[in-house]
Amino acid sequence: MTNPLLSVRNLQTSFYTRDGEVKAVDNISFDLEPGETLGIVGESGSGKSVTSLSIMGLIPTPPGKIKGGQVLFGGQDLLQITDEQMRKIRGKRVAMIFQDPMTSLNPFLRISRQITEISELHLNLTSKQSRTRAIEMLELVGIPDAPNRIDSYPHQFSGGMRQRVMIAMALSCDPQLLIADEPTTALDVTIQAQILELIKDLKARLGTSVILITHDLGVVAGMTDRLGVMYAGRMIEYGPTDTVFAHPAHPYTQGLLRSVPDPYEEVEELYQIPGLPPDLSALPPGCPFGPRCPEVVAKCQTQPEFVSVGTDHKSACWLNAVSTVQERKEIERD
Amino acid sequence: MNGIKQKQDPLIAVRDLKVHFQTGSVGILDKLLSQKQAKVVRAVDGVSLDIAKGETLGLVGESGCGKSTLGRALLQLVKTTSGSVKFKGTDLCKLSTEQLQQTRRYLQMVFQDPYASLNPRMSVGSIIAEPITIFESLPKEQLERRVQDLMRTVGLNPRYVKRYPHEFSGGQRQRIGIARALAVNPEFIVADEPIAALDVSIQAQILNLMSSLRKEFGLTTLFISHDLRAVRHISDRVAVMYLGKIVEIADSLEIYRRPLHPYTQALISAVPVPDPEVEKTRQRIVLVGDVPSPINPPSGCRFHTRCAYAVERCRQEEPQLLDTGGNHMAACFQVETAEKVA
Repeated sequence: MTNPLLSVRNLQTSFYTRDGEVKAVDNISFDLEPGETLGIVGESGSGKSVTSLSIMGLIPTPPGKIKGGQVLFGGQDLLQITDEQMRKIRGKRVAMIFQDPMTSLNPFLRISRQITEISELHLNLTSKQSRTRAIEMLELVGIPDAPNRIDSYPHQFSGGMRQRVMIAMALSCDPQLLIADEPTTALDVTIQAQILELIKDLKARLGTSVILITHDLGVVAGMTDRLGVMYAGRMIEYGPTDTVFAHPAHPYTQGLLRSVPDPYEEVEELYQIPGLPPDLSALPPGCPFGPRCPEVVAKCQTQPEFVSVGTDHKSACWLNAVSTVQERKEIERD
Repeated sequence: MNGIKQKQDPLIAVRDLKVHFQTGSVGILDKLLSQKQAKVVRAVDGVSLDIAKGETLGLVGESGCGKSTLGRALLQLVKTTSGSVKFKGTDLCKLSTEQLQQTRRYLQMVFQDPYASLNPRMSVGSIIAEPITIFESLPKEQLERRVQDLMRTVGLNPRYVKRYPHEFSGGQRQRIGIARALAVNPEFIVADEPIAALDVSIQAQILNLMSSLRKEFGLTTLFISHDLRAVRHISDRVAVMYLGKIVEIADSLEIYRRPLHPYTQALISAVPVPDPEVEKTRQRIVLVGDVPSPINPPSGCRFHTRCAYAVERCRQEEPQLLDTGGNHMAACFQVETAEKVA
């Protein structure tokens, strides 16, 4: 096996609020091989964005704090290095695109200035060289008439075009890892299709590893090799995308997949996961999904371990830890 | 069944409805010197459709296509430029403000953003009670009972009647918005992106609530959304809108299985399917470019700038929304010719 490009080990990130400590990311681990795409799905508040911000070293401190764990990137722990060293990695070797292309570009600066800034800083290019490179990048992401459009302001672009600009900026230093946090959520479906095709195509051409964070199960199905499902700050299922979709092991993943309407079939009533997503500052003891779980048993009062349920496939549910009817009866009795 | 539906008088009949907005400030001096012409956004530009009693019509389209404006125009929440909106035979566009106010009790709306559409300084009880007190003078006890019944109907605990909107989650707030719309026993509800702001696991809850309420109260609904899966699930028929016009309208299963208009085909193929097997094999139609501006819509067929099948005729003439049989209507020359050949 090759060495993973990124290896997150027992990451714990908390925010200290008036309501006490909120464990936004609670002990999650995953690996990303070079050239691979990992999808992270979850609902709002599940900790998927905090995970990516922790990797990038962008957690606002205070109120946030990375309490423990390791983020090994190319063998180096990003949590242990100085701000100075991190600045050299961020934007150059690890880049990020955000959900909202409207607010993540500076409205006062021309696109040219915003893109060249990065390559001048990280690649020590002259302003002329970096301008040429910026035009190349804009052409790469499919912006028509790039040599003229480069001097436009962000408001002169549509939402889809702005997201292309963001991708051009992120890729301009040829990063090894691209983190895309809900890159298409603010876009219309036909534009979303364009952007997803673009990311897929660029990934194939440049060999970049991608972490794709989204709440849309449809987006991860077509885009990712591996999938992590998060709930209440924990990773509750992790495995190859095909396996997780075909044989979801955790009741939450099963429920999520069942609650998406199938366009080709007429059903009277949709499956619905009962209840509400939990309040992170007042989590129930044990499994955080317990109160909404259709298969909850007495044992769920204690926190389930993240156990292997198949090749490379893990799940955090007591039901996954049992294999026989006899064992199942035992945990129900407990 | 559809034949019968058509013979009945529709509850809502829209004919050639236009809603245009003036944009860009034109000062009095500009007007006097007539140097500047205000730009006109053709948000809704000639829409005709019927909604039968008890029917749910889904309305899909991308942002800026005019779907929300159309929804608002049906309830006269925006000023219409021309055309008519008939509710049980009365043209709402011609009613006086007072008459309109009386009619509005039969017409209600559920908004997209459950955070912005509830007054943060009113308790849930008074939010739901407000529309009732406008139309009826009920004794206090009866009013309270009504509010509590409504809360139970939408799946909220009546104990929370004195709480304020910020104490509820997004999904619960959307339930409050639905209870408020139901409070005056309306006949027609416009739901404008009611699930767009909600988490995936909560979306299914609200969709189920809306279908069960529809059965219980025999509601007629216009369900506006950009989420094709949700629209397909909840609607009897689906209308697809592009740049102020309806380009296709058909029964919801039919439109998914046999989309005729190239835009509908692209729209359906753009929706990612939560199944890796399907995603790997299928060919996605990726449209080029963005939606053109409704200020200066393209000539002829408005979709021709992005359409893979566009021919010269599409640039010159505007295709009409024609019935291709079985209540399936589409506005495309290709479809017309194909039908003739067949």
